[in-house]
Amino acid sequence: MKKENTSQSPRKNRFAALFSSLIRKDWFQTIFSSLVCIAGGLLVGFIALLIIEPSGAVEAILAIIRCFFKFGNTGMILKYFGQTLVRSVPLLMCALSVLFAYKAGMFNIGVAGQYTAGACIALYAAIAWHLPWYLCLLLAILVGAALGALAGLLKTAFNVNVVISGIMLNWIALYLTNQILGTVKTITNDTPELSGTYQSALLPKLGLDQLFNGEKSVTIAIPLAILIAIAVWVVLYKTKFGYELKATGHNPHAAQYAGMKSNLNIVLTMAISGGIAALGAGLLFLTGITKWDTGISSLPAEGFNGIAVAFLGGLSPLGSLLSSFFIQYITFGGTFVSTDFYSPHISSLISSLIIYLCAFSAFIKYIIGVCLRKHDEKIAAQAAQKHEEGGTEE
Amino acid sequence: MNNTAYAIEMLNITKRFPGIVANDNVTLQLKHGEIHALLGENGAGKSTLMSVLFGMYAAEEGVIKKDGKVVKINSPNDANDLGIGMVHQHFKMVECFSVLDNIILGVEDTKLGFLQKKKAREKVQALSERYGLHVDPDAIIEDITVGMQQRTEILKMLYRDNEILIFDEPTAVLTPQEIEELLQIMKNLAAEGKSVLFITHKLNEIMAVADRCSILRKGKYVGTVEVKDCTREQLSRMMVGRDVEFAVQKEPANPADEVLRVKDLCLASKRGKRNSVNNVSFSVRAGEIVCIAGIDGNGQSELVCGLTGLEPISSGSVHFSGIDITRAPIRKRSLMGMSHIPEDRHKHGLVLDYTLEDNMILQRYFKPEFTNKCGFLRRKNIRGYATRLIEKFDVRSGQGPVTLARSMSGGNQQRAIIAREIACDPKLLIAVQPTRGVDVGAIEYIHKQLVAERDAGKAILLVSLELDEVMSVSDRILVMYEGEIVGELDPKTTTVQELGLYMAGAKKEVVQ
Repeated sequence: MKKENTSQSPRKNRFAALFSSLIRKDWFQTIFSSLVCIAGGLLVGFIALLIIEPSGAVEAILAIIRCFFKFGNTGMILKYFGQTLVRSVPLLMCALSVLFAYKAGMFNIGVAGQYTAGACIALYAAIAWHLPWYLCLLLAILVGAALGALAGLLKTAFNVNVVISGIMLNWIALYLTNQILGTVKTITNDTPELSGTYQSALLPKLGLDQLFNGEKSVTIAIPLAILIAIAVWVVLYKTKFGYELKATGHNPHAAQYAGMKSNLNIVLTMAISGGIAALGAGLLFLTGITKWDTGISSLPAEGFNGIAVAFLGGLSPLGSLLSSFFIQYITFGGTFVSTDFYSPHISSLISSLIIYLCAFSAFIKYIIGVCLRKHDEKIAAQAAQKHEEGGTEE
Repeated sequence: MNNTAYAIEMLNITKRFPGIVANDNVTLQLKHGEIHALLGENGAGKSTLMSVLFGMYAAEEGVIKKDGKVVKINSPNDANDLGIGMVHQHFKMVECFSVLDNIILGVEDTKLGFLQKKKAREKVQALSERYGLHVDPDAIIEDITVGMQQRTEILKMLYRDNEILIFDEPTAVLTPQEIEELLQIMKNLAAEGKSVLFITHKLNEIMAVADRCSILRKGKYVGTVEVKDCTREQLSRMMVGRDVEFAVQKEPANPADEVLRVKDLCLASKRGKRNSVNNVSFSVRAGEIVCIAGIDGNGQSELVCGLTGLEPISSGSVHFSGIDITRAPIRKRSLMGMSHIPEDRHKHGLVLDYTLEDNMILQRYFKPEFTNKCGFLRRKNIRGYATRLIEKFDVRSGQGPVTLARSMSGGNQQRAIIAREIACDPKLLIAVQPTRGVDVGAIEYIHKQLVAERDAGKAILLVSLELDEVMSVSDRILVMYEGEIVGELDPKTTTVQELGLYMAGAKKEVVQ
């Protein structure tokens, strides 16, 4: 006989029981592993700060965590909260793009290029053609979808790995964008402000800015992005198309056996994935708070960060809602680190460290699964030893 | 009792897994120079016991003794050091190496980093002669027959001076003639003082060669018997726990209209220049079970791929219910009434990460019954449909329709597929090795279902590697050898030996 848990208080016991029943639930595992990742990311970030300059590390990590809450004033907090939301919109869209393709068994690393293409067309349509915002968005979606479909076609027609073609297409999209927007740039390399001449291209606010203490960047982009996240969830889990798509992702052989047109589905999935990413770019650039720098030679970070967001969100559309906000929050928090101790680039370093670790949530979930199995084996062995008769199963 | 009479002993071995006791107080004692059969159904715990012997699992209870001394086996290397060798069901060889290279692989003699094969060759040749193995040491593995490959595996064990030789279901891949030869080789080995452990569920083979037989059932040790004092029926009762009908009960077939007509069918091989299916012509009529027999890898899988649309046909034609479907997509064939129980249930038959109910509608999800006009799934109907099938076909699972297919046992996965394929009321049922890897109870059930479908007027094309199944279930047998149909036999008039000659390509006739 073993003495068990006699020293623990009943409340602690109840907590342990609750935890052990919850940890077997898939959704809890997802959330739990994401939280572990976040904690791990912060810890590694903190260690990096300690190595660079120990005396300022505690203050710096606190600054990151506290982020805009350091302004004790509700008005300011609301304003910054709104800004963070606005900036998380493109991240969320890129994450949705990544997870949508992922469910169909494809790793859409071309999300950065599709995002870039979306920015390109949205801005060009606004500046060169003076089109209203909805047409700009529509064009962005179409071009992003075309770019995504291209990767899908390369896969189905010539069996080119979507990761390889995605990376290539990323750079093609970037330099084409620089070329195209180069024709409408100002004297600096940037594209012109939208607010003056190109008013009609700006996304409407519908009074939403008032909710965030008049933060000007708040537009319909936020509710639109949330709606799209819900739509992606519905398509994936409630429709025939989602059923086919996930079957193709889980087991392409079985999908073929079942007579599904897997090639068509691959192209369609990639097109939708690309369209979502490009829409994300449109939703950011048409708020008017950023301009495209036609001199850049690196892809916008939203694309790749979208991959981390999708994984941190447990590859679920609703999880991505939360994780995109968190990643943006941390990125923003990085800018509050004191530059007395650290170089101005420290914010990027810390936030990228955290984002990097966040992408491990799927791995953590796997580890949880392995631990649970081992644990079960041990319990089963003990139980069977106690009851000598031993259950038999088919 | 004189302990040293035993080469290896596994005493009171118990190994538990979550929810199941894989080995419950199992004892296995192997004498010097005997052929000892280990008999049990799939899932009886034979593999677990062998994994314990090879140090892959640690048993919770029990000891292993070699020549009467307790030994600890923590890894396959320990087992090898004790002189225990095994011929696996699926050979572990480098296909493009020669026989000799495969035998010495891992224990090569070298001089200054150069291979010294002369001594090894002499030893291999000596061993080959002594045990009557007749293997050419310079032949390349991929060029020689499966039987030869198996002998290479045996030589591998002998070359390593193994004293305890384990054969894991060695006859599954062989023709009847090759089986005879293998059994003779096993006798030779035992006569030379080697101890042979023969894992199988084929009773005839046990009766033919084994001295003693240990039986496992559902993880429990049933007993060890002297084979000469036993009958086949007694052994089978010990294995299954009840009387088993060996013969499938069925009335003579009443074939009606032609359902499937295949003419001059060719499929290009993925690897070589030769066609994997070459000029195959046959037909299947409603109300009969036609069986494609043959040794694994003679074009049966490819033929089925061509019929079901999984692979493109290079020439020839396929007519189904009088309609040319040579180039028809898979879905069209399925909707026309062609059902397919695939060879590999994990690769083609199921989406393992889908629930049972989602798997039940794999080919029918788009029907108005399951999807409404706007493209949304009608979950309630899907669950109702799946629940009905689960009840009707007795598919057992942890949580009913929402069980993940991955978590179900192999036999129940197969039942689920059979339920799905039969439930859509096909005209033609193509069943490829439907009883592979399922227990005896499930085999009986599956055979009954096939016969019932036949009696309901369905055409059935059965592809099987099991001779017993071929002989007992089919109404007509077509034998495939190297991509061609080499014979048509009547199971009522033919013998297993004759079938074997066709399967080995020794006999051939022109079939219409």
